[in-house]
Amino acid sequence: MYSTNFRIAKTHLLAKKKQTIVAILGVTFGIAMYVLMASVLTGVNKLVDNLAFQATAHIRLYKEADINRESVLETVYRGSNTLVKVHHQKPIREKLYLRNASEILDDLRRMPQVTGVSAQVSSPVFYNFGSVQFNGTLLGVNIFDEDRLFDLKGQLKSGRLENLLANPNSLLMGIGLARKMNVLEGDNVTVVTPRGVVFVLKVVGIYKSGIGALDNVRSYTNIGTVQKLLQTDPTYITDINIKVRDVYSAAGLAPQWAKRYGVKAEDWATANSTMVASNKIRDIMTYIVSVTLLVVAGFGIYNIMSMTVNDKMKDIAILKATGFSGRDIIQIFLTEAVIIGILGALLGVVLGFVFSWMVSKAPFDGGDFISIDHFPVNFNPVFYLIGVVFGVVTTLLAGYFPARRAADIDPVAILRG
Amino acid sequence: MTVLQASHLNKYFYQPERFPVLTNISFEIQRGEFLTIVGKSGCGKSTLLYILSTMDTDYEGTLTIGGRLLTGLKQPDLARFRNEHIGFVFQFHFLLPEFSVLENVMLPALKLGRFSREETESRAYEKLRLLGVHEQALKAASKLSGGQQQRVALARALINDPTLIMGDEPTGNLDSANAKNAFDILQDLARQGQTIICVTHDQEFAARSDRTIVMSDGMIVSQ
Ligand SMILES: Nc1ncnc2c1ncn2[C@@H]1O[C@H](COP(=O)(O)OP(=O)(O)OP(=O)(O)O)[C@@H](O)[C@H]1O
Ligand SMILES: [Mg+2]
Repeated sequence: MYSTNFRIAKTHLLAKKKQTIVAILGVTFGIAMYVLMASVLTGVNKLVDNLAFQATAHIRLYKEADINRESVLETVYRGSNTLVKVHHQKPIREKLYLRNASEILDDLRRMPQVTGVSAQVSSPVFYNFGSVQFNGTLLGVNIFDEDRLFDLKGQLKSGRLENLLANPNSLLMGIGLARKMNVLEGDNVTVVTPRGVVFVLKVVGIYKSGIGALDNVRSYTNIGTVQKLLQTDPTYITDINIKVRDVYSAAGLAPQWAKRYGVKAEDWATANSTMVASNKIRDIMTYIVSVTLLVVAGFGIYNIMSMTVNDKMKDIAILKATGFSGRDIIQIFLTEAVIIGILGALLGVVLGFVFSWMVSKAPFDGGDFISIDHFPVNFNPVFYLIGVVFGVVTTLLAGYFPARRAADIDPVAILRG
Repeated sequence: MTVLQASHLNKYFYQPERFPVLTNISFEIQRGEFLTIVGKSGCGKSTLLYILSTMDTDYEGTLTIGGRLLTGLKQPDLARFRNEHIGFVFQFHFLLPEFSVLENVMLPALKLGRFSREETESRAYEKLRLLGVHEQALKAASKLSGGQQQRVALARALINDPTLIMGDEPTGNLDSANAKNAFDILQDLARQGQTIICVTHDQEFAARSDRTIVMSDGMIVSQ
């Protein structure tokens, strides 16, 4: 029985080709734009996420200058009924390092949810090469621990990680910094600390993290080298970076560890709160725009189906007079809507793919901050699936009400003329 | 054997105000009978026919066809009943303009599903040939003349071999030769056991039928 209704639906669609094509294109456009929006916006999100994880550990432990410490006066008069107020305390001169770093490291390494730990000593330095001088940061690490957290091997443009171990007075330089100073692998650069300590270090590799803000200022060297530069002992550790099994558990673990070790702990989401916020905004934008596009496409179909039903009053009356029931009529018009929906949605995802592909090939300069040359696009099959499903569901909904109206037509009223 | 029984049918229209269109209509038709209904324009013939065809359910009284009480049945059941048992030719010939002549005739049969597609097609051709429009079979219905369309509509009414064939001036647009042909076909079908009810203005057409009901102002004045 359905095949007859299907044939009627098909005949209706073919008889009004122009109208049918307009309806299909309405859906096509909506779905294509949805796919494009979703692909591009989530592509940006993914890129930003990846970059964030390349630059930020899941959790970072460090020591912060204690500004809210109790003043001497307060200590002396505590408990007595004397009102004491010290205005505008200056921080005391204290070394900002993790006092019991090696115990913390051992403790962390035993935890099952921790997949990587890397201790760091960082120092601001001036890099001198020839007559140029740039300020930047020198990061002392155990290079293999660091590699486990941030995939340094993958970031290396020249040289090898092992070179760093072979020569204690060597460093891996960020590509931006190396370019600015015109330094190549094998060159010697002079490093000066703010306290005036001078070291000559050999460049044994050049890396590119993709984040301009880091690549322009940072170099890696061995922990011991920085400790010597700072004239401290081998227990001097300023930061511990931690990688955990589940990145979303970081926000919960950070305060626990801060308390446990008596240090500051910062999780990646807090460290990148602007990024997390802008990702959320992009997500919300994706939803709003997608729903808007689909609703607009739905109204388009609703309009066209309503017009079709109005045009076909007589036909509907004849069909009912010759024995087609209200259900058959609904089936006929819903079939028309679904055909429009399926064709529109399929064309839509194809077009959406083409658009996304074109955008992904378009040159895009990320500037100094992120080094990309093409727009990031996320070719996730899920968007295409959602596009097709949404397209069909929207058209079904949009087609249902006009179809319902068609089914309720009183044939006698029409056939009287 | 009584095929159709209408008893005490009353119908009102409410535009512009409540007024009776049909008043206390009661009659029976026997199987194989060829009945005509005549009366002045506006006396309610079409209105009565729509009730008899089960399309109009807004009336008082009862309607029984083939022993089955149709008054009060739900729309889907009535649609199914119409499809199987009633062939209808409208006063203003109504074909589906986007379909071919052949498809127009076939649709009620495809809906009924009693015959295969091939059988349905050959039966449709046969009905079209009977009415002399088989050469138009593949044309779009909208491309036919008024008289041709009316004959196609008659062919469509016959396709499911319905118990009852109803026509609202089924020969109104036909020349006398074709009108006579149509009448002969209907008469033939009546002889073979189908029952015919036709509204007509054509005196000769009425005179040749088995029985004529005369209506005036929504009432039967003679039957
Ligand atoms: N929908 C309606 N609302 C109100 N009055 C109506 C409606 N349809 C028909 N009428 C009136 O009902 C009466 C009967 O109409 P009907 O169409 O049955 O006449 P008829 O006998 O078939 O006439 P004709 O021979 O001209 O076809 C007429 O007076 C007509 O004006
Ligand atoms: Mg009439």
